[in-house]
Amino acid sequence: MSEEKYYVPEQSALPIFCATAMGVMAFGAANWVIDGGDGKIFLVGLALMTIVMYKWWSLVIEENMQGLVSPQLKHSYVLGMLWFIFSEVMFFAAFFGALFYVRVFVNAWIGGEASVALFDSTPTDAATANNDILWPGYERQWPVMETPDQAVNGDEAIFKGPDKNMSLPLWEYPASQWFSKLYTLLPWLPLWNTVILLSSSFTVHFAHMALKEGNRNVFLRYLGITVILGFFFLCLQVAEYYEAYVHYGLTLQSGIYGTTFFMLTGFHGAHVTLGTGMLLIQLIRGLKGHFSHEDQFGFEAASWYWHFVDVVWLGLFIVVYIFG
Amino acid sequence: MAHGPAEGITRWLYTTNHKDIGTLYLWFSFAMFLTGGFFAMVIRAELFQPGVQLVQPEFFIQMTTMHGLVMVFGAIMPAFVGLANWMIPMMIGAPDMALPRMNNLSFWILPFAFAILISTLFMEGGGPNFGWTFYAPLSTTYAPDSVNYFIFAVHIMGASSIMGSINIIATVMNMRAPGMTYMKMPLFVWTWLITAFLLVAVMPVLAGAVTMMLMDINFGTSFFNAAGGGDPVLFQHVFWFFGHPEVYIIILPAFGVVSQIIPTFSRKPLFGYSSMVYATAAIAFLSFVVWAHHMFTVGMPIAGELYFMYATMLIAVPTGVKVFNWITTMYRGAITYETPMLFCIAFVILFTFGGFTGLMLSVAAADIQYHDTYFVVAHFHYVMVAGAVFSGTAAVYYWLPKWCGRMYDETMGKLQFWLAFIAFNITFMPQHFLGLAGMPRRYADYGLQFADWNMVSSVGAFLYGGAQILFLYNVVRTIMHGEPVKEAKVWEGAEGLEWLVPTPAPYHTFTKPPVVISGAAGEDEWSISGATPHVAFKASPEAG
Ligand code: HEM
Ligand SMILES: [Cu+2]
Repeated sequence: MSEEKYYVPEQSALPIFCATAMGVMAFGAANWVIDGGDGKIFLVGLALMTIVMYKWWSLVIEENMQGLVSPQLKHSYVLGMLWFIFSEVMFFAAFFGALFYVRVFVNAWIGGEASVALFDSTPTDAATANNDILWPGYERQWPVMETPDQAVNGDEAIFKGPDKNMSLPLWEYPASQWFSKLYTLLPWLPLWNTVILLSSSFTVHFAHMALKEGNRNVFLRYLGITVILGFFFLCLQVAEYYEAYVHYGLTLQSGIYGTTFFMLTGFHGAHVTLGTGMLLIQLIRGLKGHFSHEDQFGFEAASWYWHFVDVVWLGLFIVVYIFG
Repeated sequence: MAHGPAEGITRWLYTTNHKDIGTLYLWFSFAMFLTGGFFAMVIRAELFQPGVQLVQPEFFIQMTTMHGLVMVFGAIMPAFVGLANWMIPMMIGAPDMALPRMNNLSFWILPFAFAILISTLFMEGGGPNFGWTFYAPLSTTYAPDSVNYFIFAVHIMGASSIMGSINIIATVMNMRAPGMTYMKMPLFVWTWLITAFLLVAVMPVLAGAVTMMLMDINFGTSFFNAAGGGDPVLFQHVFWFFGHPEVYIIILPAFGVVSQIIPTFSRKPLFGYSSMVYATAAIAFLSFVVWAHHMFTVGMPIAGELYFMYATMLIAVPTGVKVFNWITTMYRGAITYETPMLFCIAFVILFTFGGFTGLMLSVAAADIQYHDTYFVVAHFHYVMVAGAVFSGTAAVYYWLPKWCGRMYDETMGKLQFWLAFIAFNITFMPQHFLGLAGMPRRYADYGLQFADWNMVSSVGAFLYGGAQILFLYNVVRTIMHGEPVKEAKVWEGAEGLEWLVPTPAPYHTFTKPPVVISGAAGEDEWSISGATPHVAFKASPEAG
């Protein structure tokens, strides 16, 4: 073991340019959202960031091709990626947690019900006061189609609920008819999105298997299919958002339902975009012949990310759509 | 690989060396410490007497907000990251941090983040004026425009923390020298590993909280607005889910430092090494499930009040384990009282005191009285200043000779200690009385009955500020013309890999993994305090 030499990279100008880009982007983004500001500074930062990222990844790939990346360093990359994914999980946890809290507790309290039956089902004074004094007329409901604001202020309300929501269409019918109404699920986009994303998790896995076996063509084919599926998913999501805004009256502003719906699916969509981008880069690298059956970290990292995005979607599908 | 540091400014700008980056973190944190300290001086000057004298209430609240944010995120956290950078690779026999370029990135984000944050003070409408806990709707509906700069500053400093902690995790998990098993790692490394885990887990939640704010402010969502079906209390839950682990992020590395220093100056191995590790892990776990003890007065169901009360009290158990272990380590030791040891003994006493006030606060019924009074302010300054800041100071005195090969002036160090110790207690002890008597926090003015103790507290605060100038002077003097130290083992009782490498530590500590020998601790060998069976390491450091 003591024969082994440690690898330490030379100093590098990339990180500080990256930090500068982040600083400019942060400042520019704040400037942009404030009335009277504009997005120019942000775009400058973004341009700088794009250049830095391109250079940085090229450098890492270059080092890898030159065999400078020791097994130990490679393992550090693996750990880095896995813990990064864990941090992403926690980011989503914050939004899922918010949804849970609002649905289970807040909604009941504003509606004058005690809280959850789990603890206590008799309304407390505080809960009834919440309803009697602050939001009279609001009834506990999910999805929130009529906001507390509407319950009190009617058409004057600032926060108006949507006309239609995204939940499973079957809920509109009594349980006895569910079976006969199954066909209503056919045009339901989230179902198709689930099918697409789930299959893409399989195709990326097949690509991985093929790569391990050194079967380059199969690898490229499955990876290509995965990227296309990711792209399809995004198209359908755009269609869904269009539908929501134009036909359902469901927007980011339509009360807590619109808020949680768009924030959760939106952040997920952003991550799908990122994941598709990562896989696309791996596809290009694959076409250039960068991978061998024992050296494939870049691809593996992207595929872990893809599986993570997929799992988040399953959570969304259950919580936001089926039981939405 | 370059053998020494690069020449000129690019050494610092482009560096991938863990020691350089550690130094950058430490100096940055000290600069922020003085900045936050300046804000504190404004606060205490205004509170010197009742009535509004120096600053308007609008500015006063910006000062308390900035003071908290700068001290927590700019001073304490980066100080310990700096120590981690310097010490972890040396302690585990690693050549450097696992991901050196990302390490540089993590640091250089901070100056940008804090430049943005502090610049808000000069913006139209003023800086953040909603307290360091930035509760909605104060920070959303009623916030000045500059809140948007605050939000994005928090975003990038969060990114910095996440990258920094991923780096630490990867280093500890992947870069230990052969034979350095987990249960042989020095406690400082252990506490940092667990802290890094906490950071990766909760920084994203903080990012979520500020993102929700951003959306509510600018894009019409209603997370924190009951009119749309949301709830301002939701903010508090999300914030404290981050916030309570955050206080342990601040204190766990401090525990680690104290667990290194007390054995050295007691000339005894640390008592109960493995119980220290398990206690740290237990504290970290519990810190995720107690957050709403900050919200006893907000109107929670009684079941919630009870649960969070008992869960919080539970934390006192592993914390107690640690305190008893430190005391037992000192028991019948051949103790000498050098400056780092003095700070650590003060840490044990004052931190325990702060733990007890925490226990008082955790009683939900009693907290209805204490909440948002100066009692809470006193509580958290006992744990954060006498806890984290004292241990950070101890760490600097302890390792400074190893870093720069020069010894600090012991007399001046002791002088600083006594000044800091006395001034600290003059400042914060009276705040307990003020709080119990009902003085609310975050106001620029107060009733006449609070006048005497406030004046005492302000005097103490100025003295405490003075002690920091002495600290700065002592450190700079040491680096410039301190007495040169040659021995690898600077302190007689010190144990650990870092004391086997030459003093000052070479720019690249290890070019090859150090050789591990199992057996009794001897001359050139080293055993980890308290680890059984004793395992010794023979380092083969090669400078350059
Ligand atoms: C035995 C351990 C501890 C217990 C039982 C405890 C308990 C509490 C409780 C119940 C509060 C809320 C008081 C209120 O707002 O009414 C509180 C506040 C606080 N604690 Fe602790 N604490 C402990 C240790 C610590 C440690 C180690 C730190 C940090 C190093 C810390 C930092 C804080 C801070 C910063 C606040 C105030 C936050 C704010 O409202 O600005 N505590 N503590
Ligand atoms: Cu807490």
